[in-house]
Amino acid sequence: MAIKVRKPGLSTSIQDLGRPGYFHLGIPEGGAMDRFALRAANMLLGNDEGAACLEAVFMGPELEFEADTWVAVTGATMPILLDGEPREGWTAFPVSKGQVLSFGFLKEGARIYIAFAGGIDTPMHLGSRSTYVIGALGGLDGRPIAAGDTLPIGTPGKVSERKLDRALLRPSQNPVELRVLPGLYWDRITEASQERFFAEDWTVAPEADRMGYRFRGGSPMEFVPREQPFGAGSDPSNIVDGCYSYGSIQVPGGTEPIVLHRDAVSGGGYFTIGAVISADMDLIGQLQPNTKVRFVKVDMETALDARKERKKRLQTIRDALTTA
Amino acid sequence: MPDIQSPLPGTFYHAPSPDSEPFKKQGDQVSPEDTIGLIEVMKTFIEVKAEVSGTFEGFSVADATPVQAGDILAKVG
Repeated sequence: MAIKVRKPGLSTSIQDLGRPGYFHLGIPEGGAMDRFALRAANMLLGNDEGAACLEAVFMGPELEFEADTWVAVTGATMPILLDGEPREGWTAFPVSKGQVLSFGFLKEGARIYIAFAGGIDTPMHLGSRSTYVIGALGGLDGRPIAAGDTLPIGTPGKVSERKLDRALLRPSQNPVELRVLPGLYWDRITEASQERFFAEDWTVAPEADRMGYRFRGGSPMEFVPREQPFGAGSDPSNIVDGCYSYGSIQVPGGTEPIVLHRDAVSGGGYFTIGAVISADMDLIGQLQPNTKVRFVKVDMETALDARKERKKRLQTIRDALTTA
Repeated sequence: MPDIQSPLPGTFYHAPSPDSEPFKKQGDQVSPEDTIGLIEVMKTFIEVKAEVSGTFEGFSVADATPVQAGDILAKVG
């Protein structure tokens, strides 16, 4: 079984849950920007939760099926069309040999996940099928999919009509609130700057991608004066190189915060004021350019509670879909 | 009268560079393959194709404006 790519969309790539274990060598975990949506798409089809799917950002691809199978699309809201007929998101639906799957204009969110019964069966690289484009690793030759590509599909399990009750999804917010745990270098900026960071509205910059989400609109940060240590650059936002965690927020020059995401580097010479908590990282993967966000200060206890709550929500959905 | 809609969210530009003439001016002939503007997103500029034929009637949004997918960018008569 295979699927032919007729049109690739903007930057559609094969993603699974990523390749943990190599970050210390500079190879990011990668994988889906919205891990929750990828898991849900796979659950709908009875796939392994971490099976490889297509992640399409802002624009959907156009795909032709070479055999009968089942498909589920989750994540952003984008009209789903099978031979031009509408299909629902967060729902497993059958497709027949020769049918074409395409998409309308993006309505809400940023990334859709297209799962196929059996999952995409490209070779594993360092334990994952995820595409890391900058490192030319994983996926199809380490690049986004292109017109004329053929996607090999694995052997499906038992598939039936399944639908996710949307009441089980995390409710959407406006403005989006991203919870932040201040970090090691928090004290590099003045108290007034610390307060402004959380008080002001920030807007997603159009440069935001799988490496990082850049925000603008807030005031430039004021640094606590110091003599730059040996080995650090001369800009007050420079440090002697440090490690970057998934979700950490670097602010080059103290102007535009960048939240490091799935394909980010593992370290560098800009200070990081803190990190977006893991429970909110999927939300970032669904932010369109020019969306307003607020950063909200939390402590470790709140961050861990939020992580537990997210796990609970996922388990509720898992129970609902596996007993259905 | 067909409208040209934005295929994706980003920043819309009328011209290939800040110093250039816009891709199209009022009264110009438009073919489906013609580029009428650029959308900047994720450090990439994506060409917006007309996908219709006719006479260019003007841009519907200002140069260097943020747009959403589905927004009307220009009108062709």
